[in-house]
Amino acid sequence: MTPEMTIALALGTPLVGSMLIAMAGRIPNLRETFTLLTALATFGLVASLYPLVIQGGQPELFLLEMVPGVPLSFKVEPLGMVYALVATLLWVPNSLYSIGYMRGNNEKHQTRFYFCFPLAIASAVGIAFSANIFTMFVFYETLTFSTFPLVTHKNNSDAVKSGRVYLGILLTTSVCFQLLAVLWIYALYQNGDVSGIDFVRGGIFKQGLASGLVAPTVFGLLFFLYIYGIGKAAIMPVHRWLPAAMVAPTPVSAFLHAVAVVKAGVFCVIKVTVYVFGAETLLQYNQGHWLIYVAGGTILIGSLIAMFQDNLKRRLAYSTISQLSYIVLGTALLTPISIMAATLHIIAHAFGKITLFFAAGSVYTAAHKTQVSQLDGIGRRMPWTMGAFTVGTLSMIGVPVVVGFVSKWFLISGVIQRWELPGGHFDEVFVLVVILFSTLLNAGYFLPIVYRAFFKPLSDDDLKHPHGEAPWPMVTALTFTAGLTLFFFYWNKPALELAELVRRAVG
Amino acid sequence: MELIHKNLPALIVVLPLCMGLLTAIVGRRGLGWWMAMATNSAVLAMAGQLLWNVMHNGAFEITYQMGSWPAPFGIVYIVDPLNAAVLLVVSIIACVLTLYARKSVASEIQKNRLHFFYALWLFCTTGLLGITITGDAFNLYVLLEISSLSTYTLVALGRSRNRRALTAAINYLVLGSIGANFYLLGIAYLYMVTGSLNIADIRHILETTVFPTWATDAPQYRTTVIVGFAFMAVGLSLKLALFPLHGWLPNAYTYAPSAVSGLLASTATKVGAYVFIRVIFTLVGVNFAFGVLHTETALMVSAGAAIIIGSWLALKQTNLKKMLAYSSIGQIGYITLGFSLNNVNGLTASIIHLFNHALTKGSMFMALGVVVYRLGNARLKDVRGLGRQLPVSMAVFTAGGLGLIGVPLTAGFISKWYLVTGAIQAHRYEMAAIVLFGSLLALMYVWRVVEQIYFGKRDENAPKLKEAPVTMLVPMVLLVAASIYFGIDARASSWVAQTAAELLLGVKA
Repeated sequence: MTPEMTIALALGTPLVGSMLIAMAGRIPNLRETFTLLTALATFGLVASLYPLVIQGGQPELFLLEMVPGVPLSFKVEPLGMVYALVATLLWVPNSLYSIGYMRGNNEKHQTRFYFCFPLAIASAVGIAFSANIFTMFVFYETLTFSTFPLVTHKNNSDAVKSGRVYLGILLTTSVCFQLLAVLWIYALYQNGDVSGIDFVRGGIFKQGLASGLVAPTVFGLLFFLYIYGIGKAAIMPVHRWLPAAMVAPTPVSAFLHAVAVVKAGVFCVIKVTVYVFGAETLLQYNQGHWLIYVAGGTILIGSLIAMFQDNLKRRLAYSTISQLSYIVLGTALLTPISIMAATLHIIAHAFGKITLFFAAGSVYTAAHKTQVSQLDGIGRRMPWTMGAFTVGTLSMIGVPVVVGFVSKWFLISGVIQRWELPGGHFDEVFVLVVILFSTLLNAGYFLPIVYRAFFKPLSDDDLKHPHGEAPWPMVTALTFTAGLTLFFFYWNKPALELAELVRRAVG
Repeated sequence: MELIHKNLPALIVVLPLCMGLLTAIVGRRGLGWWMAMATNSAVLAMAGQLLWNVMHNGAFEITYQMGSWPAPFGIVYIVDPLNAAVLLVVSIIACVLTLYARKSVASEIQKNRLHFFYALWLFCTTGLLGITITGDAFNLYVLLEISSLSTYTLVALGRSRNRRALTAAINYLVLGSIGANFYLLGIAYLYMVTGSLNIADIRHILETTVFPTWATDAPQYRTTVIVGFAFMAVGLSLKLALFPLHGWLPNAYTYAPSAVSGLLASTATKVGAYVFIRVIFTLVGVNFAFGVLHTETALMVSAGAAIIIGSWLALKQTNLKKMLAYSSIGQIGYITLGFSLNNVNGLTASIIHLFNHALTKGSMFMALGVVVYRLGNARLKDVRGLGRQLPVSMAVFTAGGLGLIGVPLTAGFISKWYLVTGAIQAHRYEMAAIVLFGSLLALMYVWRVVEQIYFGKRDENAPKLKEAPVTMLVPMVLLVAASIYFGIDARASSWVAQTAAELLLGVKA
């Protein structure tokens, strides 16, 4: 099979899968079989491109020209490979988990749920493999629309309200900022001021800036528009959609709002920084400096808000906002190692956060509890769930033996690398302080949950309502992802190799 | 065959005219619909053939002399990529709406009047096609009146459902006639100066004998030409319902029979926009309209206001047909903005949006027509929870709505792509911002309805509705499928639009 065909199939398989799921709507067991098979097949196809990419290959696929000169085309490079692998790999345990969750909670409209999921995955793969800013924008928007029915799954007034926030923020940012930036760059390209609309190493602005065709202020403005146009990265103040999306069933929160959608956001941030604007070019013209502070602020404020949330899913949502900004921060530092750290944190956070959400959903399914304050002593009744939760927690804090440590290590190395640049060191000190404080804050809002679950006694009320673990598909899924979180600390070669390639692409 | 091919430009107007007369005489007992359907199918085939011919002949132009009288003495019909495209838009919409009209109109108009309806329907098409194809400024006025007079009557036919259709029609008649007469007056002024009624000839005389004198100490006819152009611009703005001259439009669209609303929204204002483009770029030329008079500033202000205020008012409506009508006012703003930018991307956006918006809005009016067909009305509360009872029509409405917003992979996105690029290239950043902000307003007014359709709950004792008959579903599904197709693969539509734009701006090699 040629690599072009593999790319086409990786995009097409989820689409075919969703059609099959829709047709098998009346036979739940068949429908779920299709879901699992589609997930496995998509992951297999994406993974089969890995050996080629690691050898430096960048397979391409030209689909069609939407308007003359603006093709819908794909190109697999290391960074996109990281995101595509994470998204499709975690879709497998998530499908298993969904089966347990949807049946365990007797959710309605299950076919619609299983139908929309693969569409979202196809969009995610499209974003990951996009070869130009236009293709990326198209799939960015289809991801928003394909996840909308999932967010509003419950069909009640809460869901409708949250759906409005979700669409409102994501579309306002993407249409008013990202689309404007995309079209502005396209207009510059038509005038011959920038070298293209494709993603290329070192960015497309180098010559235009050097010859004075593009003013540095316009360059900086475009960077601002682009970064805030990617609302999915949940940088403050455009983060509100993420807590709102928590109204969705937990598998949606776990997978889409901890992995696919938000990682699409930060992936796009890294991608455009490296391949459109160029890290070196940004440093050279001293643009995008503000992003360090916005990301640092988002990390701290997100953590502080998380501290005061009693609803477990909301606490996890604010933790996600804060953790996403680690990735943005790594990108904003603009050094090769810090961008490598950002890439690694995509993986680390995905594994850890999906485990935490899985655990939250499993508690809800088995014990019907949603608040942190209700979790006293639950660890004894649900040892697997809360054990996995603890692993996820440690990864978020970034202690050794779990994968979260690896990315934090590289982030600090990135700060040290930046120290060698000429000029003052205020930025670097600020970043180090942020990392230190946020580690403390993370511990501050996660460890009490673990303490409650394992060391506090069950309340009298709880003693009257006995319950055990969640259904087995859910426990299997969360054990698997917790295992990944641990496993990747020791065996992180594939991830490091890809991240190393990203580092080399930066500079 | 040879004879038909040679006379295509004339036949495309003469055929519906004759068939209209015939329908009024012999079209009783359901025969009228068959005659209209056959005629419009033939017209569609001819329009397709004309577009093909003009795009594939090296000169991008076909000239047809009526009765072999050469211009400027006789009337000539001139086909170029621009009006060939508009002809195709008009004939596609007329054809699919005729199919749709069969059931829809039968429920809205008395049976013994149906043949008159189809006769008027054909006259309206005749007028619109004729306006588009003619190369003669006065002939254009005549055909404008043919289409307008039949439209007034068609709107008034909505009276059996709601008597406000009559006032809407009168209002439309008064304002429409003012518009047409302003246009006529403008032509008269230009005739005073040039002594010609042929569009190309007027331009030639202006360029060779009138404009050159304006740079000297003794400018000739300067005021006359300016006043003439001003009359035409205002008259045409009325015809195409450019803000703030849009007053007639909302009620006319709302109270007309469903099929007529679809036809009006998709073609009448589009043809108005076409004439405006023709007047600016072919009749007087951009050097005069934009260079001397700076019409573009006025047009941009109107267009910007139309986009914002039209969309805002759409958000306020509870009658969904009226909501679509206000949305159309906003969309006319996009079209006007495009050509006022005076660059290739902007003009391409205008032309491609004539087509894309016709598909989108046509399908949405047809989808609402189903609700009217079943319930006799289409208010916001009527569509509550209809997603399950009318799955196809409501899906069409939603997909059309996504097109209005300009979501990628719909035709609306392609228009926006060209329009914003054009605005940025003209350094009109504020216009780019307005266009994008307009998309957000569109999102709000469309989503308000989509939420009702899919999340709203129907009253317990409300009657259960059946999906529309097949003859109503097929046309709307066709149009919406086309709008998605031309959002994914816009090579053909943008090729025609861009060629037309480059020819109008004189940059085509």
